[in-house]
Amino acid sequence: MPRKDADRLSLILLMTPLLLWLVLLILLPHLGIGYLSLREKVAPRVYHFSFANYIDFLHEPIYWNTLLRTAWMSILVTVLTLFVGFPIAYYIAKVAGRRSRAALFLLCLVPLWVSDLVRAFGWMMLLRETGIVSGLLQWAGLSSGPVEMLYNDVTVIVGLVYTVVLFMIVPIVSTLDGMDNSLIEAGYNLGGSRLTVLRRIIVPYAMPGIVAGCIIVFMLTAGSYLTPVLLGGKNSMWFTEQIYDQFITRYNWEGGSTFGILLLVFTSLVVWAGLRLSGQNLATTVAKR
Amino acid sequence: MKSTRAILLSASAAALVLLAGTGGAEAETLRLLTWGSYAPDKIVEAFEKKYPDIHVEVTFSNNEEMIAKLRATGGAGFDLAQPSHDRIYAVQKEYGLYKPLDLSKIDMSVFEPKLLEGVKANTTIDGKVYAVPHQWGTSGIMVDKTKAPDAKGWGDLCNSKYKGRTSMRLKRTILLGTAFSMGYDPFAAYGDLKKYQEILDKVADKLIACKDNIKAYWKGGDDLASLMLSGEVVMSETWDSTAYRIYNQNHNIVFVPPETGALAWIDTFAIPAKGEADDAAYKWINFVMQPEMVKLMSASSGAVIAVKNGKDMLPDDKKAAYEAAWTPEDVQRLKFFANIPPGVEDMEGKTLEKIKAATGG
Repeated sequence: MPRKDADRLSLILLMTPLLLWLVLLILLPHLGIGYLSLREKVAPRVYHFSFANYIDFLHEPIYWNTLLRTAWMSILVTVLTLFVGFPIAYYIAKVAGRRSRAALFLLCLVPLWVSDLVRAFGWMMLLRETGIVSGLLQWAGLSSGPVEMLYNDVTVIVGLVYTVVLFMIVPIVSTLDGMDNSLIEAGYNLGGSRLTVLRRIIVPYAMPGIVAGCIIVFMLTAGSYLTPVLLGGKNSMWFTEQIYDQFITRYNWEGGSTFGILLLVFTSLVVWAGLRLSGQNLATTVAKR
Repeated sequence: MKSTRAILLSASAAALVLLAGTGGAEAETLRLLTWGSYAPDKIVEAFEKKYPDIHVEVTFSNNEEMIAKLRATGGAGFDLAQPSHDRIYAVQKEYGLYKPLDLSKIDMSVFEPKLLEGVKANTTIDGKVYAVPHQWGTSGIMVDKTKAPDAKGWGDLCNSKYKGRTSMRLKRTILLGTAFSMGYDPFAAYGDLKKYQEILDKVADKLIACKDNIKAYWKGGDDLASLMLSGEVVMSETWDSTAYRIYNQNHNIVFVPPETGALAWIDTFAIPAKGEADDAAYKWINFVMQPEMVKLMSASSGAVIAVKNGKDMLPDDKKAAYEAAWTPEDVQRLKFFANIPPGVEDMEGKTLEKIKAATGG
C-alpha cells in the first residue's frame, strides 16, 4: 500500500509541471483568444457576442488569400526542407564517422545560436543589390549590372528553409541512428539498386522522423514572422503579419484573435490532411515508441 | 580547492548584498515606456545619481506597441509613457489608458508655449490634461540631391523618373502625405468619416499604381539608412531625425520638407492609468527638460526638444542637417498631425492592408 502511494505521489509530481505548462501557457491563452474572437465591437467599450469577426474574414478576399498563400508557401518550404535536410541527415547518421558526426551536428546547430533577426539581416547583407552576392557576380563577369535578389518570394523561401532546416535534420538523424546498418547491406545483397534500397528500406524506416520533421517545419514556417517580413517584397504578405497588423496597427484585438484561431485550425487541418494523404498517423510516427 | 570556496563565499556574499540593496531599501522603480533613443544611458545615469532611491527601467517601443502594451493591462506595468500627441485622445476615450496630469508638479515655464498649448488642446478631455510635449519632429522625404535634384513633394515618390528607386514605410504617414499631395486635406475630413473613406480610397488607388515605382517598403530606421546610403534608393519617405543622421554620413542626402507641408508629430509624456510611481515620473519629466539634459537628449534622438529655442539645443552636426533642409517658409507650412478620432485607425489599417496585398507591381 505505501509503495503504491509513493508511486502515485511521484506520478503527480512528475505530471505537475507538464500540466501547469499545458493549462497555463497553452490552454488558457487559447481560451482567452477564442473568447476575444467571438466578441464584436459595436461602440467604444461596448461588445456583443457574435461571429461577425469570422464572417468578416470570409468576406474579405485579402484575408483568406493571405492565409492560402501562407499555407501554400509553407508547404513548399516543408518539401524543400525535406529534400535539403534528408541527405544531410543521412550523411550524419550513416556515412560520417563517429567523431565527425558530433562536429557536423554542431555545425548544423551553430546558426541557431544567433537570433532570427540577425540571421535575416545576414541574408539581407548577402542578397541586396549592393550586397556581397551581387558584387561577386559582377566581379566574376557573370552580370553586367547590380542584381537585386531581395524583396521577393524566392528570397523568403530560401530564408525560411535556412531557418528551419535543422528541425528537419534532428528528428531524421535520430530515427536513422537507430537503424541497423545490416538492413541496408541486406538490401544490396539481395540485388537492390541504390534507389530501391533508399525507397524500400531507408525512407520507410525514417518515416517517423520525416513526418515529425515535416510537421514541426510546417508549423514553424506558417507561424514565422520576422523572416517573411524582412525579406519579403512589396506584395508579399504573410498571415502572421496580418495578425500583427490587426492587433497593433488597427487596435482590433477581436479580429486579431479570430485570425489567430483560424491560423491554428487551418494549419492543423493541413497537417491532418498531410497525414491522411501519406497514409500515416500520429501514433505510428511522432508518438512511436 | 580553498580558493574556489573563497570565491563561492564572496560571490554569495555579494549576491546577498545585491538582494539587500534591491529589496531592503525603499527603492522606487520608474518604468519608462518610450522610443528607441529617448532614454540615453547618460541621462538615466545622471537621473539615478541625482535621485539614488529611484531606479529607472526602460522599455523601448513605438506608438502602436505602446498602446497595445498598455491596453493589455488596462494601463498597468509602466509609470511613464511617451505616445505621440495625436494618439492620446481616442485611446483615452476608448480604453482609458492614462490618468490626468497634475500640472502643478511639472515646471511649465521651460516649455515652448506653442507646442505646450497644442498638446494641451489635443489631449484635454473633460477639462483634464493628459499629456505635455517632450520632443517633436517631422515626416517628409529624404532625397539624394545628386540623383534626384528636383524632388519636392510626396508625389515625387511615385514619379516614374525614379522607377524602382524610391521607398516608403507602409504606415499612416504616407497615406496622409499622399492625400495632401493630391490636393485633399485629410485632417479636415476627420469630422466626416464617409468623406475620409473616399479620400482613402483615392489614395489607395494612387499608392497601388505607385507600387511599381517603389523598390521596397522600409520597416525601420536602420533599414532605411542602408537603402539610402548604399544608393539603392534615391528618394524615400522618412522621419527627419533619420535623415539628419544620414546627412552626417553623406552630405548629398538631405531632408526635404514636402511642398504641401511636412507632417509634424510631437511625442509627449503621459502617465498610464495604473502607474505606481507618479512622483518619480514627474521628477523624470522635470529632469529631462533641464537645459543640460535637453542637449544630451537631442544628440541621442536627433529631434527637437519642446523647450524654448529647442532648435538651438541640437548638436552641431544635426543643426547643419536641419539648416540644409529647412527654410522659414517650410516651417510656416508645417502641418501637425490632427487628433485621430475613434475608428480612423481601423479605416487606415484596412487601406494599408489593401495596398500591401495588391499586386500592382
